[in-house]
Amino acid sequence: MERLKLLTVSALTLGASLSAGAAQAQQGELTLCWAAWDPANALVELSKDFEAQSGIKMNFEFVPWPNFADRMLNELNSGGTLCDLLIGDSQWIGGAAENGQYIKLNDFFEANGISMDDFLPATVTGYAEWPKGTPNYWALPAYADVVGWTYRKDWFSRPELQAEFKAKYGYDLGVPEDLAQLKDIAQFFQGREIDGKTVYGAAIYTERGSEGITMGVTNALYNYGFDYGNPENPYAELDGWVNSPGAVAGLEYYKELYDTATPPGASDWYMSETIDAYKSGQVALQMNFAFIWPGVDADPNVGGDKSGYFANPPGPAGQYAQLGGQGISVVANTDNMEGALAYIKWFAQPEIQQRWTDMGGASAMKFVLEDPAYPDRKPYNRAFLKSMSIVKDFWAEPAYADLLLAMQDRIHRYVVAGEGTAQEALDGLVKDWTEIFEDEGKL
Amino acid sequence: MPKPVIERVAKATPASFARRVRGFSDRTIAWIFVTPTIFLLLAINIFPLIWTIRLSFTNFRVNRINADVKFVGLRNYERILSDPDIWQTMQATAHFLFWTLFFQVLIGFALAWLINRKFRGNDLWTTLIVLPMMLSPAVVGNFWRFLYQPQIGLFNYVVGFFTGADPASFSMIGDVSLAPWAIVIVDTWMWTPFVMLICLAGLRSIPDYLYEAAAVDRASKWRQFWTITVPMILPFLMLAVLFRGIENFKMFDLVVQLTGGGPGSTTELTSINLKREAFEKWRTGYASAYAVILFVTVFGLASIYVKALNRVKER
Amino acid sequence: MSAFSITEPTRRQKWIAGILVALYALITVMPLVWIVMTGFKTGPDSIAYPPKVVFSPSLEGYVNLFTTQTRLTPEQIETLPPPETWYDRLVREREKTIVGPSRFGQRFLNSVVIGFGSTFLSVFLGTLAAYAFSRFKVPLKDDLLFFILSTRMMPPIAAAIPIFLMFRTLGLSDTRLGMILLYTAVNLSLAVWLLKGFIDEIPREYEEAALIDGYTRFQAFYKVVLPQAATGIASTAIFCLIFAWNEYAFAVLLTSGNAQTAPPFIPTIIGVGGLDWPAVAAGATLFLLPVMIFTIVLRKHLLRGITFGAVRK
Repeated sequence: MERLKLLTVSALTLGASLSAGAAQAQQGELTLCWAAWDPANALVELSKDFEAQSGIKMNFEFVPWPNFADRMLNELNSGGTLCDLLIGDSQWIGGAAENGQYIKLNDFFEANGISMDDFLPATVTGYAEWPKGTPNYWALPAYADVVGWTYRKDWFSRPELQAEFKAKYGYDLGVPEDLAQLKDIAQFFQGREIDGKTVYGAAIYTERGSEGITMGVTNALYNYGFDYGNPENPYAELDGWVNSPGAVAGLEYYKELYDTATPPGASDWYMSETIDAYKSGQVALQMNFAFIWPGVDADPNVGGDKSGYFANPPGPAGQYAQLGGQGISVVANTDNMEGALAYIKWFAQPEIQQRWTDMGGASAMKFVLEDPAYPDRKPYNRAFLKSMSIVKDFWAEPAYADLLLAMQDRIHRYVVAGEGTAQEALDGLVKDWTEIFEDEGKL
Repeated sequence: MPKPVIERVAKATPASFARRVRGFSDRTIAWIFVTPTIFLLLAINIFPLIWTIRLSFTNFRVNRINADVKFVGLRNYERILSDPDIWQTMQATAHFLFWTLFFQVLIGFALAWLINRKFRGNDLWTTLIVLPMMLSPAVVGNFWRFLYQPQIGLFNYVVGFFTGADPASFSMIGDVSLAPWAIVIVDTWMWTPFVMLICLAGLRSIPDYLYEAAAVDRASKWRQFWTITVPMILPFLMLAVLFRGIENFKMFDLVVQLTGGGPGSTTELTSINLKREAFEKWRTGYASAYAVILFVTVFGLASIYVKALNRVKER
Repeated sequence: MSAFSITEPTRRQKWIAGILVALYALITVMPLVWIVMTGFKTGPDSIAYPPKVVFSPSLEGYVNLFTTQTRLTPEQIETLPPPETWYDRLVREREKTIVGPSRFGQRFLNSVVIGFGSTFLSVFLGTLAAYAFSRFKVPLKDDLLFFILSTRMMPPIAAAIPIFLMFRTLGLSDTRLGMILLYTAVNLSLAVWLLKGFIDEIPREYEEAALIDGYTRFQAFYKVVLPQAATGIASTAIFCLIFAWNEYAFAVLLTSGNAQTAPPFIPTIIGVGGLDWPAVAAGATLFLLPVMIFTIVLRKHLLRGITFGAVRK
C-alpha cells in the first residue's frame, strides 16, 4: 500500500513538473488573503513551490481572526482589488456567491479533473457549496478545521488528583465521555493549587466582537438538542428548534461552565486568549479549533506527553462539533484570473495536499486523511478525524452576518453579562432571526 | 483643483471691484482662496450628507449589488426609533457622556486651579498631564485592555495594592457593572487635560484687580471664589463641556478597542452600534437613517447648548 | 509683596498645589511608562503575575514587531544553519525562525505619508481660505464659517457610509490619495478656524502699507502676512498632523492592505500562536513616542494653540 502511494505521488509529481513548463508562461503576481495564524505561515512556505513552477510572485495579506471578517468583507464590498485569492470563512460563501464576489468553479474543476468526491463530504458542503446540498462550487476546500478540546494529560495522570476525583465524582479522571463529565472535570480543577500556582478549569470562547462566543456555545447547543430550524422547513420554522428545551439546557450548561469553571476575566476570549491561557499553564482544559494542535504539541511548556486531545464530547441529543475551516476562492475582481486558477489547480494536487498537512496545514482531501498511516502520525490525528466526522456549521446565508451578530448579542448578554434567562435569550434569538429572514424575503 | 472654474469666476468678476491695476482684484483673490476649500468640503462633507439622507429612505445594502433598491419611506426611521436595543445604546451613551463630563470638569478644574498657583516647575508637570490627549485613542485603548486584565494587568494590581482586594477577583471590562466605569476611567484619564487647559486659560484671563477689589471689601476667599472665579470661568467651562460633549457623543475608537461594546451590550455606544449596522451587517439604508438621527440629535443639542452659552457670555 | 496678596499664592499654597499636581501627573504617565516598559519585556515577563516592575530587558518585542516568524519543530531546527545575527538567535531560542519582514514598516510609512500629505494640504488650503475670510467680504461668510464648523459634528462612522460608496465608485478605496483627501477635508474646518484667528490678529496696516508701496495683493499676502502668521500656521499644522496621525475610525473602514495606517494595524499585531503583548507595546511605543517628544519639545505653542482654538470658537 505504502509503495503504491509512493508510486502515485511520484507519477503525479512528474505530471506536475511536465505541465509546469506550460504554466511558466503565466507571469505576474497574485495576492492571497487569509487570516493571520500559524497555518498561514505554512502556506507561505508551501507556496514557494508554486512560485518556482509558475514564475508568479505570491504576495500575502493576513489579518488576525477578530478583524478578519470585518476587513475581508469590507474588501469584497468596497470592490477592492487587493485579493486575487481569498481563503474566506465558510459562512461567507452564500453572500459571496449570490453577489458575484467569487468565481464559480464548476467548469474549471471539470476541465482540470478536480473532483469534489476526493474531499471529505462535510468539508465540501461546508466550504465549497452554495446553495448547500447542490453541486455548485465556489471554493476548493483548503483548510479543514473543527472545534475540539485539549487537556493537560500530565495533571490528569497524577495519582493524588485521580484519587480525589474518583472519591468526589465516583468515576475515573480521564477524557470526558460526555459534556456533563467535562463540566465536572473543569469544576474539579477550578481554583486548584497545582505546583504552587492557582489553576482554573477550562478556557472557552466568550468573545463578543466577531464570532467567538457563537463558535463556542454551539458545541454545547448542538449536543443538547439545538437545531437551526426544522430541516424540512428551514427558515419558517425556528420556534421549537432554536429555542427547544434541549437548546435551553445546552445554553444553561454553557453559562454554568463559564460561571463555575473558567479563569477570572475570561469574558472576551477567542482563539488567541484561550491558547495563551492553556500554554501558560492556567487551565486544565481548552476549547479551541484544531489548528492549534500542532502548536500545542510542539510547545516547550505543555507540548509532547503533557497534552492530550479529544473531540467535543456527546450530550443528551448526540455528538456534534462546530465546523471551522475555509475554502479557497477566486475573487471576481482579480486582474490575474489565469494565475489564480493555476494556483488552485496546483493546490488541488494530492501530493501538495499531503505536504500541506505535513507542514502544519490541514488538508480536507481523502487521499491524505484516509491514508491508513494518518491516524498514528500525530497524537492529535485521531481526535481530528473523529471531530471532522461530527461537524455542523452555522448559517452560510447571504445574511449570515446579521444572523451571527444577533446570536453574538443574545448569547453574550445571557452567558457573560447574566441578563435574563436562557429561555428568554433563545426566544429573543428566534425573534431576531425571523425578522432577518422576513427582511430577506425568505418568509 | 478645478482651474477652469476659478478662471471663469475671475472673468465674471466685475472689474470695478479691482483694487489694483496689476494682478488679480481682491474679489478674484478671495474666490481663488476660498474655492478649493469649499469645493473639498462640498465633495467630502455635504455631498455625502445629502447622499446619506437619500439612502436613509431605501432598503439599499452595500453587499447586495444585484438586489433591487426599493424606496421604503420612513420605515427605517420607524424601526430605529421603536427598537429597544437602540434605546439601550442611547442610555449607555448618555451614561458615558454624563460621567465623563462630570469627572473631567471636576478634576480638570481642580487641576487648573492648582496649577494657577504658579508653583515652580508647573510647566513640566502640565506637559506630562497633557500627554494622554495627544495620543492615538485606538492604540492607547488597546493597551488599556491589557492594563485591565485581572491578575496580570497593572490597573488591577495597583487597585489591589491600595485596597487589599485580590487583583484576580474583579474584571473591569468583563463585568457588567464595572465595564461602563472602565471606559469612563480611560476617557477621563485621556481628556481631563483638555478641560484643564481651557480652565487654565479662563483663570488666567481673570484680571487681578477684581480680586484686589474684593480683598479691599474684605470678602472671604470662599466668597471670592463663588462671586468672581466661578462666574468668570463658567463660559470657559461650558465651552469645554461643549467640545468634550460633541467628541464623546461621537466616541468610537477608544471604546471599540477597550471593550468592543461588551460585555453583552453594556458599553455599546451609538457609534459602535452604528458601525455594526453599517459595516458588519451592511444594512446601508437602515444605517443611513440611524446616522441622520444621530446627526440631528447632536446638531440639535449643540445648537440649544450654544444658545445657552451665548446667554451666559452676555451676562 | 504682602502675605495677604490675592494674586500671589503663599509658599505653602504653592508647595501643596505643586505636590498634588505632580502626584496626578505621575499617575497619568504611569500607563504610558508601562507601555514603554512592556515593549522591552519577554513574552512570559509581560504576562507575569504579579506584574513585573523589575525585569531583564529584551528586544524580543521589537524583533517580533518587525518580522514575520514561523514555528519550527526541534528536528527542523537541527537542519538549519546556526543563526547569523543577534535577532536570528533571539527568535531561534523561542523555536521559531524569521521568514520575512512584517507589515509594520509599511503601515508606519503610510501613516507618515498620509499624515504629512493631508497636513500640508489642509494648512495650505486653510491658510488661503482663512486669509480670504479674514480680509475680504465673502458672500454668506458667517453661514459658511458655521457650516465649516458644523461638519465636525458628524460622527465619523456616519460620515463613512457615503464616503465608502463614493470611494468605491471613484476607485479611491484603500488608496493613500483617498485618505489624504479625506483627512484634509476633516482637518480643514479646524485649520480655517484656527488660522482665521491668527490672521485676524495681524494688523491690516502692514498689508495696506505694502499695497501702497506697489505690492500686489498676492505679494502682500506672501511677503507680509505669511511671515507674520508663521507661528500660527506651525501650530495649526501640528494639530492637523496629530489628528491624521491618530485617526482610527475612517482608517479602519476605508483602508486595507495598501493604505492602512498604523492605528488600525497596531491592535491587530499578533504573535505566532498567541497574543504578543511585547510586540504590541513595541509598536505602540514607536508610534506614540514621536508625539510625546513633540508635545514636550513644542509645549509652549501646543498648549497655547489648544486653548486659543477652543476659546475663540
